[in-house]
Amino acid sequence: MIFNSFLIALREIRRNLTRSFLTVVGIVIGVAAVITMVTLGRGATAAVKDQITKMGSNILVLLPGQGWGSWGAPQFNIKDVNAISEQIPGIVSLSPRVQAMEKAVYQENERDSDIQGAAASYFAITNWELSLGRFFNEEEVTEAAAVCVIGETIRKELFGEDVDPVGLKIRFKSLSLEVIGVTAAKGQGGFSDDLDDNIITPYTTVLRRLKGRGNGNNINQVTISVAKGYPRANVVADISALMRERRNVGANEADNFNVYDSLQLAEVMSSSTQLMTSLLGAVAGVSLLVGGIGIMNIMLVSVTERTREIGIRLAIGARAREVLLQFLVEAVTLSCVGGVAGIILAYGLCASLAKVIGAPFLFDPKINIIAFIFSAAIGILFGFMPARRAARLDPIDALRHE
Amino acid sequence: MSGETLIELRGLTKTYGTGEAAFQALRGVDLSIRRGEFIAVMGPSGSGKSTLMNLLGCLDSPDSGSYRFKGIEVETLNKDQRSLIRRHALGFVFQGFNLLARTSALENVELPLLYRGYSRKQRHQMARAALASVGLSDKERNAPAELSGGQQQRVAIARAIVTQPDTLFADEPTGNLDSKTTKETMDLLCNLNAERGISIIMVTHEEEVATYARRIIQVRDGLISHDSGDESLKHTSTPAP
Repeated sequence: MIFNSFLIALREIRRNLTRSFLTVVGIVIGVAAVITMVTLGRGATAAVKDQITKMGSNILVLLPGQGWGSWGAPQFNIKDVNAISEQIPGIVSLSPRVQAMEKAVYQENERDSDIQGAAASYFAITNWELSLGRFFNEEEVTEAAAVCVIGETIRKELFGEDVDPVGLKIRFKSLSLEVIGVTAAKGQGGFSDDLDDNIITPYTTVLRRLKGRGNGNNINQVTISVAKGYPRANVVADISALMRERRNVGANEADNFNVYDSLQLAEVMSSSTQLMTSLLGAVAGVSLLVGGIGIMNIMLVSVTERTREIGIRLAIGARAREVLLQFLVEAVTLSCVGGVAGIILAYGLCASLAKVIGAPFLFDPKINIIAFIFSAAIGILFGFMPARRAARLDPIDALRHE
Repeated sequence: MSGETLIELRGLTKTYGTGEAAFQALRGVDLSIRRGEFIAVMGPSGSGKSTLMNLLGCLDSPDSGSYRFKGIEVETLNKDQRSLIRRHALGFVFQGFNLLARTSALENVELPLLYRGYSRKQRHQMARAALASVGLSDKERNAPAELSGGQQQRVAIARAIVTQPDTLFADEPTGNLDSKTTKETMDLLCNLNAERGISIIMVTHEEEVATYARRIIQVRDGLISHDSGDESLKHTSTPAP
């Protein structure tokens, strides 16, 4: 009986190709939309997380002032940095950062560049890797050596695509820095700024030779790497207490500095992309529903013809359950074909769109299964319900159905 | 070939609708039909002749009364059991042919065999033979829309007889046909009755068509108003008026 119903169902699909095709298309579009939206959303979330990791995942940044602004609040000095390093437990390493904007010149090329003054530990803290040359070492920091490590963007802009700049010198207003290394490209940062557009040099070099003030009283921020597994909140609290004391913040006054936790930011950003993913998923869910309504329409339009067909089948001796099984098999077959085609289409769309938006393509079996089951349920429900009603009629009523 | 009782009706009633709009199509019909008879059921529209045939063909269920088909009490059966009677013992020919659209003649004829569980090879053989017996061997691949009305009705007859039923029900089988194809169709039915011994119960309102039958039953207002009896037993060839 089951084999027969399959045979009959497949014949019916074949002889009603247009109707079958439209049903399948409805499901294909719905399924492909949901899977594509959710998969791309997940890819984007992963991309954001990845970018934050690139910036250094386990770090705290000590900034003057509240929030990201430092207006009015005093900068840090090298003694603050040393005090943190010596007194706060749970810190792996830390690096002061001094920032400057200068015009960098190499031959006829010039570019306004962000110069980061840092300690030798900075590269490890912020996950930099080299594509050429080497990082500067502690000795060079102590000496305020005229060396720098440049990002990929700087290399391209100043030296050109295929030039090895190691050993060449970049000229600034008052000094020249020898390029000793080029960092491997990181791409876009979490704030869509170009992480590769910078020049990293010993902070001592910036303080003594570029800014011309050797008092070490102009440290813009401190980047701190926390030991894995050590409670970050404790480190943040300890640093805050120490800084309040060193900066003479009164008991009733607010902090004039801020310890910002990269992990927190990562969470905020990934939760907002996750929200976006949910939203896209909801939009796609609506399109799946619309696809379902399309299927329902097609099924309802053909209900007269199908009711007569059921009448004919009953008249020549089919039992109601055989007719129902046939319709069920038809609906299941069309829904499954549509579901699988939707998954394949979504796979192609995701793979190509992921490249366009620059997010990774993460295949997610869960959403594929959910979309498939939902579409199959809609197809089966709307394919099967009209048949169930018709098969309950006396055959003569089904035959006479207008 | 004849003599054995095939159908026995006692006080069969059927009402459509309820309350004010209720219409009593059959008001207690008694009827007895023997195996091998060729019966024309006649009557004006609304007389209940189609209702009678649908009840006899197990396509519809009566409100009261008893219906024995080959000794089986049909009124006690459920829908599935009635389906099985239709599957194994009955064939149907309708005025509107009721063929599946966009389906070849061969597949239409095969349809009842599918529900009987024959193998693919057997189905093809039997369906081909049935189409050949109605003279449509060359139209096996044609869909109903590619066939004339007479040809479609012959496909429908082939579908009805492919299972070799005891009884063939025909509801206005010539209602949509011209006089030439009417004669072809009726000759075909006569042959089936005479050569294969298939009992035929046919509803018609055309006197000319009714003359092919050997027994004419007149229905009026839900009751049998006149029954000619089996003419073959009286050795006459013209039906009573």
